[in-house]
Amino acid sequence: MKLARLLAVVRKELIQLRRDRLTFAMIIGIPTLQLLLFGFAINLDIRHLPAALLDQANTVHSRELIAELASSQVLDFRRHVAAPQEVDALMRRGEISAAVVIPPDFETRLARPDRSAWQVVVDGSDQSVQAAARQLAIFPLDSLAYGDSSNRPGTQAIPPVEIVNFYNPERRAPVNTVPGLIGVILTMTMVIFTAMAIVRERERGNMEMLIATPLSSLELTIGKVIPYIAIGLVQVTLILILGLLVFDVPVRGSLLGVYVASLAYISATLALGVLISTLAKSQFQAMQMAFFTFLPQILLSGFMFPFDGMPKAAQWLAEIFPLTHFLRLIRGIMLREAQIGEMWMEVVALGVFVVVVMGIAVRRFPKTLD
Amino acid sequence: MAIDDTPAIVAHGLTKQFGKLVAVDHLDLRVRRTEIYGFLGPNGSGKSTTIRMLCGLLDATSGDVEVLGHKLPQEAAAVKRSIGYMTQKFSLYDDLSVSENLDFLAAVHGVTGAKARQRIDEMYQRYHLGDLKNQLAGTMSGGQRQRLALAGAVLHEPELLLLDEPTSAVDPQSRRDFWDALFDLSEAGTTLLVSTHYMDEAERCHTLAILDHGRLVANGSPHELMKNLPGSTVRITCGEPRRMQQALVGEPHVLGVAQIGSDLRVLTDVRDDKGDALLERVRAVDPRAHVEPVAPNLEDVFVASTRKHAQETEKAAA
Repeated sequence: MKLARLLAVVRKELIQLRRDRLTFAMIIGIPTLQLLLFGFAINLDIRHLPAALLDQANTVHSRELIAELASSQVLDFRRHVAAPQEVDALMRRGEISAAVVIPPDFETRLARPDRSAWQVVVDGSDQSVQAAARQLAIFPLDSLAYGDSSNRPGTQAIPPVEIVNFYNPERRAPVNTVPGLIGVILTMTMVIFTAMAIVRERERGNMEMLIATPLSSLELTIGKVIPYIAIGLVQVTLILILGLLVFDVPVRGSLLGVYVASLAYISATLALGVLISTLAKSQFQAMQMAFFTFLPQILLSGFMFPFDGMPKAAQWLAEIFPLTHFLRLIRGIMLREAQIGEMWMEVVALGVFVVVVMGIAVRRFPKTLD
Repeated sequence: MAIDDTPAIVAHGLTKQFGKLVAVDHLDLRVRRTEIYGFLGPNGSGKSTTIRMLCGLLDATSGDVEVLGHKLPQEAAAVKRSIGYMTQKFSLYDDLSVSENLDFLAAVHGVTGAKARQRIDEMYQRYHLGDLKNQLAGTMSGGQRQRLALAGAVLHEPELLLLDEPTSAVDPQSRRDFWDALFDLSEAGTTLLVSTHYMDEAERCHTLAILDHGRLVANGSPHELMKNLPGSTVRITCGEPRRMQQALVGEPHVLGVAQIGSDLRVLTDVRDDKGDALLERVRAVDPRAHVEPVAPNLEDVFVASTRKHAQETEKAAA
């Protein structure tokens, strides 16, 4: 391995990258678009659920309850109805996802802690709506019961602090999503870019010329990969800045830790990209293979669904994926102020992945054209 | 450049199989230093595969090869340092400029600093690339790209330059200029191996190997090959050349009949063919036809060699 040759490849790759507008746009465009899309769209705190209201009590307390519910913004009372049948019909037609039903004997029920004072009817065909609404029903009910047992009238019957706590800023989805998105975006871009960049040399016929020169496959690969490490770090920076500006997602732990973890993860994605490049015959195949590795990682790493909720077999499988380990690392550092040293197991897991995958890739490097 | 007397290339029984297809079949080669050695053969005759094996791009299925005194594939690294390879398809970077391509190749070949500057400037001059310095290779004409490819292949002053059908994408004027450049290189001490399917190019080589179906069917200087043609050529002037041609094709000893203007050029596998079967046959078709012997050309050699080989294969099969 010779440094001069390696640097020649890096320089060439940078010039080509600068000329390749599409890739250049993707480097900036993918993180920005993904961040905004995921950040705004994947919102597990459900707000503005279309709802109907059936207040058969119409008392001071019931109106207070309604006011509190409305101000929580979880439910959006679109319809005020007079009969339970109307609730049924609205829900069947999909106009509402939830309904609050306050019975005529609301006041008497409030006085009796063994009976529910009011009801939230939920469209159970949507699981996340169901879960959100169910929690909504529990909290105010508890506070209402508490307020009643302490025998205080008026607003104190529903301590607002309970509701504020439930929807406090710390529970906003982007806080959880943005660190995860660093992982997801790096997975998408890094694997595809490296795999395609290396396969491109073969597809365009440059490889035939390169193989007849003293340049080795290892020099070529490392030289081509180095610019992408820098690009990966640029993407991380971009996501952190956008996350802070748009979604107010803080970096609570050390910034250095974030970059060290990202670097470890970038290495893992690049190793995967290099491996794919040794398997793929064309850029199109490389792209397909990259997606093949991308989907299970997104689904099983804990980015989309809670890791602990998955079956054991899926959890074991997920332990193989670098994204799983990176998500734990980055969430720990960014949100829980963890030191990277406290989570050394995850770093080791990423390291093992890099060594194993890169090892396989290097063994598969083409020395000749066949 | 010190001239070694070890041959530039020695190959024995060089064979390459792709699955069931035998692309190169027990080829024996010997290329002397500083000569221009040509591979002549139709598409699929194994020219490119042989060149790729000689560059270390493909591993031979069997056989021994030594390039510039280094055994392949064991000493591929040493071979790669002292050869230049110009691929059939343009293989420099389309999205790099002329100077960026040459800078990259210089660095890859370990030509650095002032030496690199000097060599690259020399390339600009010699191959008229100075004005194109900043142009992207992808936007250049066929002839310009070919000059750039040659510059890239000789930048590091290789002892052996292999060119795979280098002139297939350029106009006749560019071809002539290109061959002048090759002779300059040869005179300066570089050994050249060129593959082609053009007869006029083949005629310019010092030594020629005719390949057919992966086998070496003739080998020698173009002059020798024509002199030792295993057969003879006659020109027939007659009234109805098409009818004559149809009558002669498939006759015993007739290897090929080609119409040249209003004449027919007939290649037979009999030497000093005078007044025998062919003449009788010709007279039978057209009593007034005029038959005269003519000097064989390289195409005759090519047809005779590949035909002979085909007949041998048929005999072997029967």
